[in-house]
Amino acid sequence: MSVVTNTTTIGAIDAPSRRNTELALVVFAVAISVFAYANVGLALNGELPAGMLGYGAGLALLGGVAHLVVRRYAKYADPLLLPLATLLNGLGLALIWRLDQSERLLAHPSFAPAASKQLIFSAMGVALFIGVLLLLKDHRILQRYTYISMVVALILLILPMFFPAQFGARIWITIPGIGSIQPGEFAKIVITIFFSGYLMVKRDALALASRRFMGMYLPRGRDLGPILAIWAMSILILVFETDLGTSLLFFGMFVVMLYVATERTSWIVFGLTMSAVGAVGVASFEKHVQDRVTAWLDPFAGWGTHAASEQMAQVLMAFGSGGTLGTGLGQGNSDLILFAANTDFILATVGEELGLAGVMAFLLLYGLIVERGVRTALAARDPFGKLLAIGLSGAFAIQVFVVAGGVMGLIPLTGMTMPFLAAGGSSVIANWALIGILIRISDTARRPAPAPAPSTDAEMTQVVRP
Amino acid sequence: MNKPLRRVAIFCGLLMLALLIRDNWLQYVRADELTSHKYNRRVEIERYAHERGDIIVDGKAITGSAETEDGDFRYKRVWKDGPLWAPVTGYSSQAFDSSQLENLEDGILTGNDDQLFFDRTLSMFTGEKKRGGNVVTTLNGDAQKAAFKGLGEKKGAVVALDPKSGAILALASTPSYDPSVFAGNSLKDSDNRQKLLKDEDKPMLNRALRETYPPGSTFKVVTAAAALENGLYDDIDAKTDSPLPWTLPQSTTQLQNEGNIPCENATLREALRVSCNTVFGKMSDDLGNKKMIEQTDKFGFNKEVFTPVRADASIYPEDNRPQNAMAGIGQASNRTTPLQMAMVASAIANDGKLMQPYMVAERQAPNLDPVYTHEPEELSRALSGENAQKVQQMMETVVKDGTGTNARIPGVTVGGKTGTAQHGLNNSEKPYAWFISYAKTDSGSPVAVAVVVEDGNANRDDISGGGLAAPIARDVMKAVIDSKK
Repeated sequence: MSVVTNTTTIGAIDAPSRRNTELALVVFAVAISVFAYANVGLALNGELPAGMLGYGAGLALLGGVAHLVVRRYAKYADPLLLPLATLLNGLGLALIWRLDQSERLLAHPSFAPAASKQLIFSAMGVALFIGVLLLLKDHRILQRYTYISMVVALILLILPMFFPAQFGARIWITIPGIGSIQPGEFAKIVITIFFSGYLMVKRDALALASRRFMGMYLPRGRDLGPILAIWAMSILILVFETDLGTSLLFFGMFVVMLYVATERTSWIVFGLTMSAVGAVGVASFEKHVQDRVTAWLDPFAGWGTHAASEQMAQVLMAFGSGGTLGTGLGQGNSDLILFAANTDFILATVGEELGLAGVMAFLLLYGLIVERGVRTALAARDPFGKLLAIGLSGAFAIQVFVVAGGVMGLIPLTGMTMPFLAAGGSSVIANWALIGILIRISDTARRPAPAPAPSTDAEMTQVVRP
Repeated sequence: MNKPLRRVAIFCGLLMLALLIRDNWLQYVRADELTSHKYNRRVEIERYAHERGDIIVDGKAITGSAETEDGDFRYKRVWKDGPLWAPVTGYSSQAFDSSQLENLEDGILTGNDDQLFFDRTLSMFTGEKKRGGNVVTTLNGDAQKAAFKGLGEKKGAVVALDPKSGAILALASTPSYDPSVFAGNSLKDSDNRQKLLKDEDKPMLNRALRETYPPGSTFKVVTAAAALENGLYDDIDAKTDSPLPWTLPQSTTQLQNEGNIPCENATLREALRVSCNTVFGKMSDDLGNKKMIEQTDKFGFNKEVFTPVRADASIYPEDNRPQNAMAGIGQASNRTTPLQMAMVASAIANDGKLMQPYMVAERQAPNLDPVYTHEPEELSRALSGENAQKVQQMMETVVKDGTGTNARIPGVTVGGKTGTAQHGLNNSEKPYAWFISYAKTDSGSPVAVAVVVEDGNANRDDISGGGLAAPIARDVMKAVIDSKK
């Protein structure tokens, strides 16, 4: 049924909710993941894996419950986000399980099988996703917590300073009985909330009340000061924790959101200049960074002498050996990478075993999530929603770029996880929350406007009735 | 706010595009380079992922493949009788690469050689498991065993050739080693190899191909051939112009003979029978350095020989007159490999025609179809048939009633020459015992042998070509003749 109304405002045409599309896609995502799981078992042991039924049921349950919650509480949400997340998470589980079977990795001292843990983390992630949808009836509520978010983000960022560094980076906190958490992943979301709330309030002041300086508009200190301070603090903390990927992520996200809020191109120039200065500055004293840059410039030069270079070379050879179509799941030797094979470098396993075709498919899946996020930002009707959506999807895009680009040798490696794919609880849980918020915003954005009150104009033109 | 949003969308799109382009660059453009990169362990893993083909002697495999328990290299090489065949096969180790036949025929043995392209393509469609091809050698198991048994605990080498084709029938070097002990990839393999490398007796040295010795009196055969070829002497039973005592040219040193033997103006046949130093020393001097080099060149000296395993070049150098005279009796700066002296004996036995020595008779695809068969080829014409027969008569006299009687085989004509090569400063070290010979039956000569024994433990007076080396040569020749019956 369609209600033809006047042309003055957005029509109350009942937009299709697309929930059935979403359901079909979730089923499809689960089916592909189960197929991948079976494939790994057949390739490695010549038989269907024993845990296949449990895995399939578990994944179907997660996807199904999430879908039902979306159907009930976010009826008009974007239909692609949930299936995409389910597919990536499901395939990630299959890949992690595949690496769990590697004898070479099992012999390595710092390796522990991670698939069953990852399934539990995925369940926690979906639970958080559901929690977001249930508790967050409207994303605009988050505006109220602008400054609380700021405090929370800073606490999350500072916490790892009190815990010992692991693998050269101080980005973990260890909670007895639960395990290690990477607060940076959560800080990413919380600080986006702060940026959105602050920029929404100050964006006019930032854009208009500015002085011209060397052809660029510089805002007043009292407008920009606080946000610049918080942002600089986060970056500094991250640099001291040597969590360079995340600091790059925060930086990029900040520039993007500032640009969107103020609509001033000068921010891009400003941001790029600052990032160049920052990068050179950090690289000049941080040995960790220098190693990474050396490894990036010529990975094979440091073979046998330089662990970072050697690992990068291993990763490149894994990609090269995969070639166009890959060796097939379970039939490659990406486990030669050893350290962090199932976390930072999991994309190399995709590259070797699923080949160029597989990696491109994965990149497109990520691209699709980003695209849906940006679409949500475009469709959102309130500036806060717009900023939050673009902040989250921009962060997602930058994270994928930094990780995949680092692993493929496009940029120096910085060490972050591929969202949903890599083994690691914090990453999976935080990204499910991120998807939850995006779904909430998209639901609000796509929800049909309430039928407008009959306007007097409309009454007047309705002359003839059959 | 939508305009910057659209721009951000484009920016995100560009990020993804950059990743896609990089991925294509990495996995399509650079794929081959990375796949075959020297650091890429996958190359090795794939190399050992299937069974290696075998090296075959007398129709039976002397090698095999064993599945390893640990590590990522699935199959390793094993040898059925390692020390016996190591001088032929070389080694093939997961950790230390390979040598000799295992190395040179690696393409066939792993199944990666282009000669197997058709076979590979076929099995790709039939879904057959990949396997390496086989290398069929020319070796004779009985002769090889006889050579090793004869050498026993002593250091030395034996090479037996088929004079008609150049096929290598035996290739022994002692002490030998078992390549199986370091075929794998473990710490133990590494230790075993270190032990072998440190061994003072150098068990991994292939003495038959890679060690050069002074040839001693066996070289007199070459000098005799040069004299006949250059027309210095025609009749082997006519008196030579050989005074006794004979003083080395440009010198006051008199060349000595071993004991009181009748060497003054002795005939060629007699001089070889009793091994006169004076006769052959003067002969070499009469011919001159240039002609001696020419003759040795024809026998294959002065360049490396590929069997296909490389053998060191045997040397007859440019030298001054007294050195050249001494070289004529094999006691100067001329040095030869055992293979080279076997080539000399085989050229004489084959009526002057020197055949290219080889040990790969056939290469087989995994399905046993031959992909390559060796055609015997002539390396050079060492001497005329007539002169070759004259040298044969002289060598047969040596075995009949000369220094080489220990090589006699009942019912078979055997020709040979002993040698006891002195070495060390002022002859201070224990000499090398040499023997070169060939056997002849009604259908020509089936085998020519060179034996060298460098026995540091034997009593000095016992070391002589006739005493130590000739029995070994006899056993090897007998083994070849018996196996043809």
